[in-house]
Amino acid sequence: MTHQQHMKSDISYKEVNEDVVRTMTKSGAGYYIALFLSMAGVVFLWLLPWAYQIYTGQGVTGLQTPVFWGIYLTNFIFWIGISHSGTLLSAILFITQTPWRRSIYRSAEAMTFFSVLTAAIFVFVHMGRPWNFYWTMPYPNQRQIWLNFQSPLMFDVFAISTYMTASMMFLYFGSIPDLAAVRDRVTGWRKELYGALSLGWRGTDAEWHWLNKAYTFFAVLIIPLAVSVHSIVSWDFALSKVPGLNKTIFAPYFVVGAIYSGSAGIVTLMVILRKTLKIEKYITTNHFDKLGMLLLVMSLLWSYINILEVFTGWYADTSFENEALKYRMFTPPYAYMFWLMIFTNTFMPLLLIFRKIRASIIISLIISLGINVGMWIERYLIITTSLPRKFLPYMWHDYSPSLTEISMTIGSFSFFITLFLLFIKLWPSVSIYEVKEDIGIPMKKEGH
Amino acid sequence: MGKFLDKILERFRIYRIPGYYEKYDHKWTMVIDLDKCNGCGACVIACNAENNVPVVGKEECGNKRTLNWIRIERYVEGEYPNVKVKFIPIMCQHCSKAPCETACPVYATYHNQDGLNVQVYNRCVGTFTCATYCPYDVRRFNWFTYGKKDLLKSNGASATSFEPPLDQQLNPDVTVREMGVMEKCTFCIQRIRAAKDRAKDENRSIRDGEVQPACVQSCPTGAMTFGDLNDPDSKVFKLAKNPRKYKLLEELNADPSVIYLKRVMKDDSSAAHEE
Repeated sequence: MTHQQHMKSDISYKEVNEDVVRTMTKSGAGYYIALFLSMAGVVFLWLLPWAYQIYTGQGVTGLQTPVFWGIYLTNFIFWIGISHSGTLLSAILFITQTPWRRSIYRSAEAMTFFSVLTAAIFVFVHMGRPWNFYWTMPYPNQRQIWLNFQSPLMFDVFAISTYMTASMMFLYFGSIPDLAAVRDRVTGWRKELYGALSLGWRGTDAEWHWLNKAYTFFAVLIIPLAVSVHSIVSWDFALSKVPGLNKTIFAPYFVVGAIYSGSAGIVTLMVILRKTLKIEKYITTNHFDKLGMLLLVMSLLWSYINILEVFTGWYADTSFENEALKYRMFTPPYAYMFWLMIFTNTFMPLLLIFRKIRASIIISLIISLGINVGMWIERYLIITTSLPRKFLPYMWHDYSPSLTEISMTIGSFSFFITLFLLFIKLWPSVSIYEVKEDIGIPMKKEGH
Repeated sequence: MGKFLDKILERFRIYRIPGYYEKYDHKWTMVIDLDKCNGCGACVIACNAENNVPVVGKEECGNKRTLNWIRIERYVEGEYPNVKVKFIPIMCQHCSKAPCETACPVYATYHNQDGLNVQVYNRCVGTFTCATYCPYDVRRFNWFTYGKKDLLKSNGASATSFEPPLDQQLNPDVTVREMGVMEKCTFCIQRIRAAKDRAKDENRSIRDGEVQPACVQSCPTGAMTFGDLNDPDSKVFKLAKNPRKYKLLEELNADPSVIYLKRVMKDDSSAAHEE
């Protein structure tokens, strides 16, 4: 195997340790301002509107009779989608032993965990009686109720909780040696915290052996799991009879879309992280080059499925299908959103064909943000253009989100950002030991 | 080999059809003769009174948040003077292969032994999935707790139900639903239950016409008929053989329990020919 260098080789092991510990212990005023703002966002844009909604009823949303699903479900799928790349990509790149994974995977996995968490909370936000959420959990109880295992929502409960647990453990296992490294370099409450978290890691051969075994096991487990999770999320729609939702292609379409938006999420996140944490030497343009290729491939796949969906619908020429397509593609305001989505997700990523564009961090950032806007619109369109045009025209009615719903949508981003800001201070966001693997053995370097 | 495949097909069928299809005690069916229906809306009002359905006011109606379990759909075809106006009362179709039943994660909606598609309000957690899956849009959601006046006022709803003394008119046999719960037409299950109890006490089976949902009872033209399709002497059994019969959105294969008799219009030569 030719060893491809992804970082400058003049970084020493000591420097890696110090750099990563620095990102955790030293925080400027900017960090605290950002943390304060995002926490305020969580309280005022999410928790308070949610409390208001729980107290008053789902009537504070813009939902009505044919459109029972709206922006909450859009956000749910969006966040599940964002979660899809981190752990999945990390697992695939680990199994294929791709070296450029090493400095980005930790924060990508954290992104997965936090976005699944955000998505899971949206399930509760969307429920009419969220205080009864535990009725969807299978455990022996005295209420004589049991679950309907035929329900795609039930599949969801299992898929998402499994995925959340697995991705959390994957993140944690991979971090143990680093938590130990941090433990050895900090004092005070941090010492105790990381002492507990690192589970007494000493770095013996046996420990490395078992860590690698466990890590490989989870990497293999997570790939089919990730595919199944988003297939199941798509079945929430695809198993209905509603035209525009009942599509055989939905499962692969959602999986591809999820990996696509997740990868774009990683690009956005990496651009911000390397700038704010000053870790440019670990996350280089080389990483953006590789991620750009991935985005290009996913973009082509996504566009291909989109074309298929429209083409087969148009060719079948049944009246329900026609109505759904016409409503989505040619009726304002959905038409604007649809064509904006096609622009940001099909045409703009084509620029990534050029190496220069892939290596440009600013353009990568713009394209990745565009993709995520487009992917959010995609999920929004799927719901809001199918449900208002169900079978009986008498009941047709359009949906527009209420202020409460919009506020909670913005609030979910605050929630995600808050979790991430806490993460970068409490967790080594770049893998110390694997970056060292990439740098190469220092003994050899002295010979140069 | 063929036998083996048949066996699999049979298993598949049993799995797909909720309720036990052939083993229903009753097969409650409603026949609606659209030739007789004049769209007066008495059924809607009767249903509101019988089933404690809240009146939500003008604004909420504009938001399509009415809670009426039965509605009269009106369709106008053509230009003046050749205008055809059609209307059709639509309530829960009590599908034998109901799409809503497979959707509910907590079994709040399921098929009972009478072949009815029932909704357990207290079980519902409000995932909206049943309503989304319903091709007939007959499921209604309690967006607010409609008895609480102050909450509704703050949300712009102009009227409330059940504020005193209106709470005195509530039907004690039917639950008053709280917010966050899905509801729908039950074929007046409380009346079916009462009739079954009575029949059991008198050690007989239910007589045809003994059970009448509120809408059927109030229909001035007698357009609606309710009965047990398993009983070959019943009125609905005979009406179900009418050549004008059809089921709404039959192509979706949900197998509804409501049978419509087509309205024959003057210039509708093809239908008249069928008659």
